[in-house]
Amino acid sequence: MNWRSIWAITRKDLKEVAQNKVAWGPAIAIPLIFAIIMPILFVAVPQFTPIDDLQRELGDVQTLMKNLPPAVKAIFTGLKLEQMFVMYMTAFLLAPLFLIMPLMFSTVVGADSFVGERERKTMEALLYTPTSDMELFLGKVLAAVIPAIALSWLTYLVYIIVVNVASYGLFGRIWFPLPTWWPMMFWLTPAFALLGISATVLISSRVKTFMEAYQLGGSLVVLVLGLVIGQVTGVLYLGVGAVLLIGTLIWIVDAILIYISVRTFKRSMLITKLGD
Amino acid sequence: MNPLIEVEKLVRSFGDHKAVDEMTFHVKQGEVFGLLGPNGAGKTTTVRLLNGILPPSAGSARVFGFDPITQGESIRRKTGVLTETPALYERLTARENLQFFGTLQEISENDLNSCVDDMLDFFELSSRGNDKVETYSKGMKQRLALARALIHKPPLLFLDEPTSGLDPEAAQQVNDLIASLRQTDGQTVVLATHNLLEAQRLCDRVAIINNGRILAMGSLDELSRKLWPVKWVDIKFYTLPTKNITAGLKINRGVIQAAIKDDALSVQVESDEVIPAVIRYLVEQGESILKVNPRDYTLEDIYFTLQAGEV
Repeated sequence: MNWRSIWAITRKDLKEVAQNKVAWGPAIAIPLIFAIIMPILFVAVPQFTPIDDLQRELGDVQTLMKNLPPAVKAIFTGLKLEQMFVMYMTAFLLAPLFLIMPLMFSTVVGADSFVGERERKTMEALLYTPTSDMELFLGKVLAAVIPAIALSWLTYLVYIIVVNVASYGLFGRIWFPLPTWWPMMFWLTPAFALLGISATVLISSRVKTFMEAYQLGGSLVVLVLGLVIGQVTGVLYLGVGAVLLIGTLIWIVDAILIYISVRTFKRSMLITKLGD
Repeated sequence: MNPLIEVEKLVRSFGDHKAVDEMTFHVKQGEVFGLLGPNGAGKTTTVRLLNGILPPSAGSARVFGFDPITQGESIRRKTGVLTETPALYERLTARENLQFFGTLQEISENDLNSCVDDMLDFFELSSRGNDKVETYSKGMKQRLALARALIHKPPLLFLDEPTSGLDPEAAQQVNDLIASLRQTDGQTVVLATHNLLEAQRLCDRVAIINNGRILAMGSLDELSRKLWPVKWVDIKFYTLPTKNITAGLKINRGVIQAAIKDDALSVQVESDEVIPAVIRYLVEQGESILKVNPRDYTLEDIYFTLQAGEV
């Protein structure tokens, strides 16, 4: 395995995607919304909302809490209503939404790398190099996965700082992240990043344009929305155990998709898609 | 010396369509070999097969003694390919493009920058080396693509329609570069083209192909001798002969037929050696000859004759 070639492909793809505004737009906008705007909004709401509205809102939270596992109930024990509201919104409700980031970033970069290269007719020259199919594949997958994970982690870091700073007046201590966030950041996030790219590789063999691949890959967001709805309705609580279990399932799906992708990512198949 | 490329009954089918149909040819080291044919004749597919990008449906090929099916990577280390479209990364600079492909061609880290500089110099792109390729003209892109194909100094170069889509000036420039490569580096070149003048100017031998089949192969002389074993010579006179000299000419050995048409005498002979005897006979008959013009066949004549299936 020639790692110099693999990194060269990764670097080249990242340089290219850095110039693609369609790819960069969401990469800036979503972390900005998730990590800065939303937590500030949730921390500010209890301070500017009429007390009746807040109590009604908190009433909903309390109803939901009845369905939560004892370990989570313990977290809320002894908190004031305003603290419960902020904690529920920032640490529980928003949590699964963060998984959109690794999924979307890896899908965008993957679509640009695999389909965009074909669309821009640059693939053929790449196929004439001595790089093996596996090296080409790895270079492109890393180009999608590394920034997806790095950007997600950076967003988590900013989110942790913003939540703690914004709610310090309310809590008087650094309370975030809660234990469930650690497996989400370091187990589930990489799994979702890999899911995005492995699905995009398979999609790329069936579509012609970057936008098609991007849109189809983007449909994976439904998975994340499912987790959000599960969390909001109390049907599925993303505790440490659930996150580890879902992460394991996603890693297994990743392994299967990567296995299929590697088998289909062959020069002979790629070149026939280019036509004459 | 073993041929650099050996192709035996190579076939590549896409469904029912045979893009390459039982091709057999050899290319010697240092030779410029042309694959000449219209669009869709199978030229690009042949280049892909020889580089191990596509597996053949039947037949065999060896390039540098390597089998493209199982040793494609070894072949691609020693070949450079100029694809039909420049296939450059337009969002990157020329330097970044060359550095990227130089790395993939396994040029060492220490040598990479000097190789890139050499290529930019050679192809007169140094002053624009740090500009994005999307700002380049078509001719500059083609020169850069050629630089990319040559960055690792491959002993075998495949050029697929190197002047396609270029204006005459840029095409001339690219052709001059190709000719100079051959003179300075003695590179073996396989030129896939439908440009007859380009092939005539650059190639030692050509294979004329259509529908994936080789219709004829050889040097220009060999092909014209194969197609037209007999030769025509046109003779113009200061004053047209008054007597019937055609009948007398025919008794000369090697003269097949003779006829006066317009203001010239056309004589068909078996070979070039007969022409001096024809001239001597006409002079002895007192004819005043102004011009003798043996008809030379161009690659164009050969190509269209073969493509039309006239032989």
